[in-house]
Amino acid sequence: MSSMGKLNKHQARMAYLFVTPTMLLFIAFTIIPVVMALYLSFTNYDVVSRMEFVKFDNYKKMLDDDLYWTTFKNVFFYAVIFVPLNIIISLLLAMLLNFKRFGIKLFRTMNYLPTLTSSVAAATVWIWLLHPEFGLVNNLLGYVGITGPAWLAQTETAMLSIIMVTLWQSVGSNMVIYIAGLQGVPDYLYESAKLDGATAFNRFRYITWPQLRPTTFLVSTMAIIGALQMFDQAFVLTQGGPGNVTKTPVYLIYNQGFNQLKMGYASAQAFVLAVAILIFSFINMRINKSEEPIV
Amino acid sequence: MVQPVVKSVAVRAPKPPSYALKKVLATVLFYVVTVAIAVAMFLPFFWSLITSFKPSNEIFSVPIKWIPSTLTLEHYKSAFTTVPFAGYFANSFILASAGVLCNLFFGSISGYAFAKLNFKLNKPMFRILLAAMMIPGIVTMIPSFYVLKHFPLIGGNDLLGAGGNGFLNSFWGIILPGASGSFAVFFMRQFFLTLPSDMMEMARIEGAGEFRIFWNIYLPLTKPALATLSIFTFQGGWNNFLWPMIILNDPAKATIQMGLQAFSFNHQTDFGPMMAGALIAILPILVLFLLLQKYFVQGIAFTGTKG
Repeated sequence: MSSMGKLNKHQARMAYLFVTPTMLLFIAFTIIPVVMALYLSFTNYDVVSRMEFVKFDNYKKMLDDDLYWTTFKNVFFYAVIFVPLNIIISLLLAMLLNFKRFGIKLFRTMNYLPTLTSSVAAATVWIWLLHPEFGLVNNLLGYVGITGPAWLAQTETAMLSIIMVTLWQSVGSNMVIYIAGLQGVPDYLYESAKLDGATAFNRFRYITWPQLRPTTFLVSTMAIIGALQMFDQAFVLTQGGPGNVTKTPVYLIYNQGFNQLKMGYASAQAFVLAVAILIFSFINMRINKSEEPIV
Repeated sequence: MVQPVVKSVAVRAPKPPSYALKKVLATVLFYVVTVAIAVAMFLPFFWSLITSFKPSNEIFSVPIKWIPSTLTLEHYKSAFTTVPFAGYFANSFILASAGVLCNLFFGSISGYAFAKLNFKLNKPMFRILLAAMMIPGIVTMIPSFYVLKHFPLIGGNDLLGAGGNGFLNSFWGIILPGASGSFAVFFMRQFFLTLPSDMMEMARIEGAGEFRIFWNIYLPLTKPALATLSIFTFQGGWNNFLWPMIILNDPAKATIQMGLQAFSFNHQTDFGPMMAGALIAILPILVLFLLLQKYFVQGIAFTGTKG
C-alpha cells in the first residue's frame, strides 16, 4: 500500500516537472500580462520616464478621443459585414463541395490556397490587383463596361476592399471546417426527412443548420475575435487611410503604444477593446445557444 | 452508335426521362459554378505570378496583357538586390522553425502529462490554460512587451528588470511568448487521450522511467498529430507580422513579412518586384501544403470537431 502511494507520488512529481515549462511560460506571458494590462491602463507608462499612477485619467481621456471611437466605428462596420458574409460564403462553399464528384479535391484545394498566404503577402498582391488603372479587377470590370473605382484610395470603397481581401483569405479554412461538420451529420436524418417529403430548403433549415450549430459557433467566434482585432490588412493595404476610414483600434493602439510610446493610454484602449470583444463573443454564444434544439 | 445507348437507358431507367435530364443539367450547373469559383479564387495567384515574370513595360499596359511576350527574372533579381530578402527569408525560417520545435516538445510533454498522469492540479491547470485561449491577444500585447523588456538578468537588466532592454530586439522575444501555445497543449492532450493507458502500466512494471515512457513509447505514436501541429505552428510563425514588428528594431533581424511590407511601402509602383517578393513570402507554406496536404486537412477538421 505504501509503495503504491510512493509510486503515485513519484508520478505526480514527474507530471509537475513535465508541465513546468508550459506553466512558467503561461504565467510569464499570459497571467502576468493580463493582470498588468489592467494596472498599466491606470498609469502613464511611456517606457522612458518614471511610471506614475494616474487613476482614471486614461479612461477619461478616451471618452473625448474622437479618433478612438472612429476606429471602433470602422471596425464594427467591418465586422458587421465581414462576419456574416464569411459564414454564409464558407457554408455555401462547403455544401457545394461536399458532393462526391470528379475533381472535387482539386476545387477544395483551390478554395483553400488563399488561406495559406500571409496577410502581408495577400495585401501586397491585392494592392496590385486593385490598382485603379492597371489592376486586374478594374480591367475585368472594364470588359463588361464598368469603370471601377480607385478601390483603396476612395473613402467609400477602402473598407469594402479590405473586406473583400480578408474574405478571399479566410473562407477556405472555414469551408474545410464546415465540410468536416457536414460529414458529421448522420445520413438517416436526411433520409427520413426525404421520406416525409421535406423540401431541400426545409432539410437545410431543420437538419443541416441546427446540426452545424457547434461548427457555426466555432467559426463565428473565431471570426468575431479576429475581425475586431484586424490590423495587418489595414496597415499594408491602406495605412489606415483614406481619411482614417480604415484605421482600426489595434492600429491606433499600435501607433499610440509603440510609435508615440503612450503605453499607459494604449493599454486603456486595449482593455476597452478586449472587453468589447468578450461581450460580443458572449452575445454570439447566447445567440448560438438560444435557438431551439433540434428533434 | 447513338441508338443502343438510348435504348439501354430506356430499359434500365424506370424513372421518367426528365429525371435523367435534370441530373445532367445539375451536373453541368455544378461544374460551371465550382469552376467559376475556383478560377476566381486562384486568379490573384495567377496574376501575381504572371506579373512577376513580365517585362516592366508590359506590366503597365492597357488593355491588360494576359500572357507576357517574354519571361524575365529581373523582378526577382531586383527584389533580392534592393533589399536583403535572402536574410529576411532566413530570419523568418529560423523563427518559424524554433517555434515549431518548442511547441512540439513543450506541447507534447505537457499534453502527455495532462492526458495520462495523475496529479492534483491536473484539471484546474488545464482548465485555466483552456480558458485563457478566449483572451483576445490585444490585451497582452503591451504588457508582454513590458515583461520582455524588464525580464530580470537578461539583456543588461539587473535582478529587478531595470537598466537594459531585456529580450527586446532579439529572436527570443518572439520565440518565448509562443513557445508553448495553449493550442499545442490542448491539441496534443486530445491526441494522447485516444491512446491506451495499459502500455504505460506495462512499461512501469518493466522499470522504465516516466520520461522514457513518454519519449520512447507514447511520443512515436503521435507522429500524425506532430506533423499537423508542426505545419500549423510553422505557418503561424512564418506569417506572423505585428509582434515581430514590435520586438525587432534591427533591420538585419527583420522577418520576411516585415521586409515585404517595408518594400511595398517604399517602392509603391514597383509591382514586378513586389509580386516577386510576395510570392517568395508565400512559397514555403505553399510547398509545405503540397507535400503534406493530408495533415493540413486533418488539423483543421480537428479544430472544427473538437472546438
